[in-house]
Amino acid sequence: MSPVKAPASPAVAVLRAEHVTKEFGGLVAVNDVSLQVPRHSIVSLIGPNGAGKTTLFNMLTGLYRPTRGRILLGERDITRARPDVITGYGIARTFQNIRLFGAMTAVENVMIGQHARMRAGLFGSIFRPPWVRREERETRARARELLAYVGVRETVCDQLASQLSYGDQRRVEVARALASEPGVLLLDEPTAGMNPRESQALTEFMRRLRDELKLTILLIEHDMKVVMGVSERVTVLDLGGKIAEGEPAEVRTDPRVIAAYLGKQE
Amino acid sequence: MNELRAQLREWREAARKRLPPWWSRALAGLLIAIGIVLPFFFPPSSGFMNATIIAVAYAVMSLGLNVVVGFAGLLDLGYVAFYALGAYSLGWFGSGFFFRAHVHVLVSPVASTLPGVHLNFILVLIGAAIICAVAGTLIGLPTLRLRGDYIAIVTLAFGEIIGTVAVNGQSVHVGGGMTLTAGNLGISAVDSPYFPGIGLFTLLNLRPWYWLIFAVLLVVLFVNLRLRESRLGRAWIALREDEVAAVSMGIPLVKTKLLAYSIGAAFGGMSGAFFGTYYTEVNAGQFQFGFSIFILAMVIIGGLGSIWGAVIGGLALGYINNYLIPDVLNDLPGKFGLNFQLTQVEFGIFGFLLVIVMVLRPQGLFPERRRRLELTAEIAAGDAQLVEVPGTAGGGT
Repeated sequence: MSPVKAPASPAVAVLRAEHVTKEFGGLVAVNDVSLQVPRHSIVSLIGPNGAGKTTLFNMLTGLYRPTRGRILLGERDITRARPDVITGYGIARTFQNIRLFGAMTAVENVMIGQHARMRAGLFGSIFRPPWVRREERETRARARELLAYVGVRETVCDQLASQLSYGDQRRVEVARALASEPGVLLLDEPTAGMNPRESQALTEFMRRLRDELKLTILLIEHDMKVVMGVSERVTVLDLGGKIAEGEPAEVRTDPRVIAAYLGKQE
Repeated sequence: MNELRAQLREWREAARKRLPPWWSRALAGLLIAIGIVLPFFFPPSSGFMNATIIAVAYAVMSLGLNVVVGFAGLLDLGYVAFYALGAYSLGWFGSGFFFRAHVHVLVSPVASTLPGVHLNFILVLIGAAIICAVAGTLIGLPTLRLRGDYIAIVTLAFGEIIGTVAVNGQSVHVGGGMTLTAGNLGISAVDSPYFPGIGLFTLLNLRPWYWLIFAVLLVVLFVNLRLRESRLGRAWIALREDEVAAVSMGIPLVKTKLLAYSIGAAFGGMSGAFFGTYYTEVNAGQFQFGFSIFILAMVIIGGLGSIWGAVIGGLALGYINNYLIPDVLNDLPGKFGLNFQLTQVEFGIFGFLLVIVMVLRPQGLFPERRRRLELTAEIAAGDAQLVEVPGTAGGGT
């Protein structure tokens, strides 16, 4: 029995982008990309730098609004929803360059992740009735459980996030994302800066997340070993457009993908 | 110097370990008790009592602005607007200003025979808090979508607008020959607080005034302490730290900021209503831009985000402004044969104090725990870099 609850509603398990385009002025960062993330699967998004992967992530989580196209979470259209609302619907993410709240402890960071699942408002916070006290206590306890689950040592839980080691910061960020009880987890280059052994451990961990927590994972990744090892499907972006999609083995031999990564042979 | 500091820290840690867990509560109780009996050590209408009352009212404002600037990180340069709205709430609902109306709720026997709207001061206090919170929401709704410095500019403008409306309000007719404000003439003859059983407050005995504003301070302090350690308080810090990460974790941006802004506004309004009745007049000339900066200086000198810092900052500047400079040190230049009085250069003195604090103690007098930890961590990292740089340079050659 894992200490982490499975997502409450199975409806929020599949994520779709339909013909999504994002333009910044004249620059087309993402051009007519469609993507399907099947339930309880791990899908990787790969491509050279500047291909538009993170822009697509930002649209899926509501930080950017697509210029054209639709984004669906289950049956729900979330194209124009605010990021905090989308988090409430059950999408959580981590960032490429870690974005923890440096002045808060690891536990507090994870408690922030639970914000959308808590109910205490202004007057609840001021008068602190028994149910608010209970909620605070449970939130704190759960934050510690989650930190233990992702492998952060008990001794550093009450240290400021800015003082944690790089690896711990990455783990806390995952715990913070899990705290919002997501159905879909978006990981933006989670193995950046890790050595091969750590990457291997993370690959195992992603499988655990999928199997134990019934999560659906969308992953941006540069490490091909991780991508080929963990994902059921791979989508390849280049210059904002989708150039290939399929199982890892097919994608690896696709001439367009090879061209995008290695340059064309004249 | 560093060794001395380390030694001090060690002693502090040792003292903390030896003290029982309830000592902070005991300390708080002791401070409250001292606060309550304080007036008995001074004549009931002394200059020091007067300065104390004003200083405590400043501390209330400082605590309010600390929620906005310190907790949520929204630089508000127009806080005087809520002082003005609070004071006018008293002018409107606690005087004969609206002379066509006859409304009396729990006021002194004299006031209940007079025309105008006369509400009990507690009701005015609550009304001022609500009016300012609503005004804060209205101004915040369009502006809090902005980031950082832009909020400062818009709030600055809002403060100026309220000041101008206060001056020109005497030409805004609200019917029956009544106007919105009395401009620079001022709404005078406002009601003094009256409570059944205690009687009417007079300026001959300042003690009840002191206890009243001290009670307001305790309420505001309690709300501050509770909010800091709550879901809402954490959300404010998260927004202050990293807006993008905070909204991605499910924190509604505008709503959360609005709450901080409105709460700060409500506290400013309560203090403003008190100043209205204490100064016995609500005059448009009281609401200058400099006052916003004055309150901000209290928050910064005390330590941005620190609750006790805001209280200390408010009290300190209140005493310096209303006691030390005018009553104690005013003739000091004359004693040295200089032909000016200290009150004439008080802004210079405040500027100097601010600079001194920023140079010697940039985190403020009583820094917030988080910022203290952060600053020490940064200094340690800086030291580590200093050590590394010569090493790498040496390796290169």
